[in-house]
Amino acid sequence: MESSSGSITQFYNCLVLKDHNLVKDYLYVQDGKIIDPAKMFWEEKRTPDVRIDCKGGIVAPGYIDVQINGAFGYDFSNDTDIIEEAVENISKGLLLQGCTAYCPTTVSSRPEVYHKVLPHLGPRKGSIENGAAVLGAHIEGPFISPQKKGAHELATLRTAKNGLSDFDECYGLENLRKYAAYVTMAPEVEGITDTISALIKETGISIASGHSNATTAQADEAFKKGANMITHLFNAMHPFHQRDPGIIGLLGASDSRPFYGIICDGIHVHPHSVMIAYYAHPNGACLVTDAMSAQSLPDGFYKLGEMDVDVHGGHVYIKGTNTIAGSIATLAECVRKFIKFTGASKVEALENATLHPAQMLGISDKKGTLTHGADADILILNQDLDVQRVFIAGVEATSNNVRFKQKL
Amino acid sequence: MRLIIREDPKAVAYYTANYVRQRINEFKPTRKRPFVLGLPTGSTPVEVYWHLVDFYKRSEVTFRNVVTFSMDEYVGLPQSHPESYCSFMHRHLYDHIDLHPKNIHMLNGNAEDLAAECQRYEEKIKEVGGIELFLGGIGPDGHIAFNEPGSSLESVTRVKTLAYETVLANARFFGGDVNKVPKLALTVGVGTVRAAREVLLIITGAHKAVALAKCIEEGVNHMWTLSVVQLHPSAMIVCDEDATLELHVKTVRYFKSIEQVQEQLIGRQNISLKGSISKLTSSDISHQFSAATDPMASSAAGVQVDPSNSDSESSAHDDYSTRPESEDDDVGSLTDSQHSDNGSDTSNADMSSSTNALAASSSDAQCTTGFSGSSVPAATVGSPF
Repeated sequence: MESSSGSITQFYNCLVLKDHNLVKDYLYVQDGKIIDPAKMFWEEKRTPDVRIDCKGGIVAPGYIDVQINGAFGYDFSNDTDIIEEAVENISKGLLLQGCTAYCPTTVSSRPEVYHKVLPHLGPRKGSIENGAAVLGAHIEGPFISPQKKGAHELATLRTAKNGLSDFDECYGLENLRKYAAYVTMAPEVEGITDTISALIKETGISIASGHSNATTAQADEAFKKGANMITHLFNAMHPFHQRDPGIIGLLGASDSRPFYGIICDGIHVHPHSVMIAYYAHPNGACLVTDAMSAQSLPDGFYKLGEMDVDVHGGHVYIKGTNTIAGSIATLAECVRKFIKFTGASKVEALENATLHPAQMLGISDKKGTLTHGADADILILNQDLDVQRVFIAGVEATSNNVRFKQKL
Repeated sequence: MRLIIREDPKAVAYYTANYVRQRINEFKPTRKRPFVLGLPTGSTPVEVYWHLVDFYKRSEVTFRNVVTFSMDEYVGLPQSHPESYCSFMHRHLYDHIDLHPKNIHMLNGNAEDLAAECQRYEEKIKEVGGIELFLGGIGPDGHIAFNEPGSSLESVTRVKTLAYETVLANARFFGGDVNKVPKLALTVGVGTVRAAREVLLIITGAHKAVALAKCIEEGVNHMWTLSVVQLHPSAMIVCDEDATLELHVKTVRYFKSIEQVQEQLIGRQNISLKGSISKLTSSDISHQFSAATDPMASSAAGVQVDPSNSDSESSAHDDYSTRPESEDDDVGSLTDSQHSDNGSDTSNADMSSSTNALAASSSDAQCTTGFSGSSVPAATVGSPF
């Protein structure tokens, strides 16, 4: 048996997230992938070249954020002229926070913006040079409900009464095929539910329901047609009513239930609501940040896009008001808060930020997992789930080797 | 043969692992002269391996110059199958220590020519200089490795059809489904185990009690292949109380008493690893006579060393040397040295001869208490056991 050439790294003295448990075990990495130690040992007769002492910490897959609009002063929807710089710096910044893969999210925009920006938001491998992996764009809108637009611009919203051609005109079907991971739409908007299946078939993207006033019946129809995700549960949707629970009601379905993003900063969703949703459908929970450009910026006043915002105390307000302008949480913080809110186990919290998002996107063989053959995007965490060390494609990412393209 | 009886499987596992550790350390293996270890699979060895891993992690032993041979492997089971013996050994031992894969020899149950594979294995053992210590367990039917009842006591590594009882016993590793258990295995032969310089069998549990009794109290028999330890110059069985359930009470007492004599009268510091007596100082000897705590001990203490038998020049520390040529130290002629005078003190005489004297005297001592001595084992290398 030929010996493979790459250096083999062994993580030891750790608890590995494996088979839905934290087990005392080793993890082996070679050439940016997680490998099967038995094969390395018996067939290649090799022992590890590099050994990393995890000091009793937890070894987990890198976090995956499928809803993030910006960070470090950059924004995917507004910084259209410096979009490459935005992607570069956000990818690097997120990586150092422990988020090794993400979906750059755009708010409702005009077609010319999509055509300009989408080609830069397409899938990109994670590495020390690139930063976190880009999994493809999360296109949030513009086929959403005007009643539930949140901070989106009303003038950009539209319907899809012409089916696929409306999507083509808005985004470009080829752009969807090449650059998009998933699209958020409102099921009750004209033409949406009828076009979901065709859209999935034509482009291979996933579909999420959100920014919607849909009744449970409408939401259910969309789900049955293939919309397997709910965008930021509770936010920008019909509130729960006992006789018509809206999109939220899908979590109580007796047969199958969709994945759902949930913002666990303690601000967007009340901790009790997180707990109720989680225990209704634990396997579908995907922790997301929905962070905006002020994430990681020090407290102060900023003009971000068209907005004047006031960042302080973990909150972002539209300046001079009490209106929340977005989230500035990191995914690592959301994971910790999630445990506080629900009393769930560390395994559950970690899987909500890794395995479930990967499953939602259909990439759980390579991402969000530590099985053999998966990408070696690895976190070493302490028992409080603080990120201690980050590895992308098997290489450790530190502030020394991950540099922002432009000083902030 | 030494029979070490301990309270429970935990204590047995610890004793065994500790013994292996000490043997390796004393041997001081090098790249050119490695310590060759034969290793079993099964539920009992799991805990032995756990302790060995623990010793390694505490830097109390290294496997850098250890070479291992496994006893057996299923035929036709893919190596990556979680129940293959390769997976077992990797999971419980090899993944945790500094034993290099090129020093590990496993039988390949997926070889195209199984007979050639067995031949290759035997040749490999010879090539590295023979096995220094072969660890093993037994089955309830008394088999060593897969040498089921009826195996030739001179057998070599070969393919065996598993006995139904063995298939049943192994089903628990295959989800309780006997149909999933392989029916053929490659195994070292009884002869292969006998050829090792030392054999250590780990026998725990009441279901092994009959086999142990057959092995110790009855004859060498191919229906109980473990009984060949009676013919081995350097064999040890470590067992728990439950495994002694079918032995005569006097047998169990006898073997326990030997350990007791060693510990209390001779002193552990004077016993070599393989059980022979190393140098006894004069203070130890006078201690023997003053510290008589039970009748048996005091009559044993009546034995004195024959100074004229200090001809064996190698000190007892060499008894357990692993060079094959030193195997026949201290054999034989010393058994009839019987001494009755209590006084003479041969403080610096080489005491290796005293072991057999002691053996004879212990049996004598026990004769006085009605012990027939019928199950006294033959004096073996430098040791009464």
